[in-house]
Parts: sequence; structure tokens; C-alpha cells
Amino acid sequence: MSYEAAVTETLDVKGLSCPMPVVKTKQAVDDLGGGDVLEVVATDSGSVSDIDGWAGGTDGVALLDQAEREDGDETVYVHYVQVEE
Amino acid sequence: MSTETDDSADADGPEPDADEAELEALRTRVEELEDQLAAIETEVDDGQKSMVIIATKGTLDMAYPPLILASTAAAFGWDVTVFHTFWGLDILHEDRSTDLQMSSVGNPNMPVPNAIASLPGMDRVTTKLMRKRIADNETASIEELLETCFDMGVEMQACQMTVELMDYDEDEFYDDVTVGVGAATALDQMADADIQLLV
Repeated sequence: MSYEAAVTETLDVKGLSCPMPVVKTKQAVDDLGGGDVLEVVATDSGSVSDIDGWAGGTDGVALLDQAEREDGDETVYVHYVQVEE
Repeated sequence: MSTETDDSADADGPEPDADEAELEALRTRVEELEDQLAAIETEVDDGQKSMVIIATKGTLDMAYPPLILASTAAAFGWDVTVFHTFWGLDILHEDRSTDLQMSSVGNPNMPVPNAIASLPGMDRVTTKLMRKRIADNETASIEELLETCFDMGVEMQACQMTVELMDYDEDEFYDDVTVGVGAATALDQMADADIQLLV
């Protein structure tokens, strides 16, 4: 929650399933600069583990936080990814 | 005593020179080895991971694993090569890739027994069911994954021997497909890759 204020851009990948949340996150991160924070909103429950694994295995990005929220009748998984300086 | 001391000093005289020469040779050797080690480290671990997948299947279900793994690995920033051979070539074939079929017979997850699955037209039916399932689940389509792979710089190769064996024309493949490669190219890349998979 505390990272919301720091968000540079939001990526909506709701409805998309593996591997697209990770792939689109990577593509979005490539367009951002050092220090920027990308908020990724997904409905794929697998994205929690996948974004974590991707961030851990990829140079230049850090996973700040992950959150699960109820958005209407669906559960969304929000990920905060920061591009390292 | 003083004479003896001088003598011993004389006697020892040549030895420091020998030590010096030996030390110099060792220094040179250490420098050589350090250079070699640095060269090997650069070659072996440049921090760049790589993966090579050999894709041999061209059914709708079996086209997915190589495309999903390749696009995800590209998202990790890895160097990725997918070497398509035999029926795997259909994934790169402009017309055939958009119409990949399920193979119903011998597939235990099919909703029909083999005796029924072997009837003419059944593959069309099961393919239609699978396509509906893919659409309902919002799973990426083969076309979408292919486009993603090309966009992310995945090296998509078509095995030359099987292109000819299957009687395909090079022009029938997507523009970014690398043709004119064979088993030796694949093995050469696999030998240097961190991950090698046969699908």
C-alpha cells in the first residue's frame, strides 16, 4: 500500500494468464527509467509466484511489494516492481 | 671467522641470483595464469544466461510449451534460441501456425475414448473444443506468443533438412525465422547454453 504514492506507471494485465503478465511486465519495465516504480495489476493467481521469480532472476529490477485485493467480484494481485538506478 | 663469513657470503652469492630468477619466472607464470583465468571467466560466466529449446511437435497443445518458455526466458533477459524441426516447423509456418490441430488419438486427456477419437473429423472437433477453452481462459494464442517471441528477440530457427523433408518453402515461414541451420548449429549452441530442452 505504501508504494502506491511512488508508482510511476500502472500496467493492467487483468484477464491475462501465464506467461503474459511476466512478459508484459518486462516490456513495460524496459520503457521505464532508473528508480521508476511499475504497478502491475493481474487476476492470474500464478502471477504472485511468477513475478517474484522473474524479479529475483532478472538484473536491474526489484520487487518491492505484492498485495492481494478484492476488486468488485474478482481478486486482483498487485505487484510493485522498481527499476534499479 | 671473518674469512669464513666472507666465504659463505661468496658461496651464497650466486644463490640469491638464482632465487631472483626463479621468482621472476614464477611471477611471469602467475601473470600468465591470471590472464588465462580472466579469459575463461569472461567466456564461461559473462552473467548472460542462455537457453536452447528443440521444438519437434506441431500439435496445438505441444506448440505451447516452447513458446511459453521462450517468451518467459526472454523476459528474464536471457539469450533464447528455439530450433524447430520435423512437425515443430509448423509453429513457424505462416499458414499452418494459425491452424494447428489437436491429436485426439492416444491423448488420455481427451473427452472421448480412442475408438471414437480415431473417427474421421474428430481432431477437428477436439481442436475446436481446445480453442474454445483457450479463448475462455484468456490464454495467449499461438499467434500472440509467436509475435511476443519475435518482438523480444528470440532466435527462431527452422531446421534446413526437415524444411526440405516436409517439402516446405523457406518463403512460407515468418520473416524473422532463421533458415539454413542444422543439427551442428543446434548442438554448438546447446553446448554453450545454461538450459537445453527437447519438446
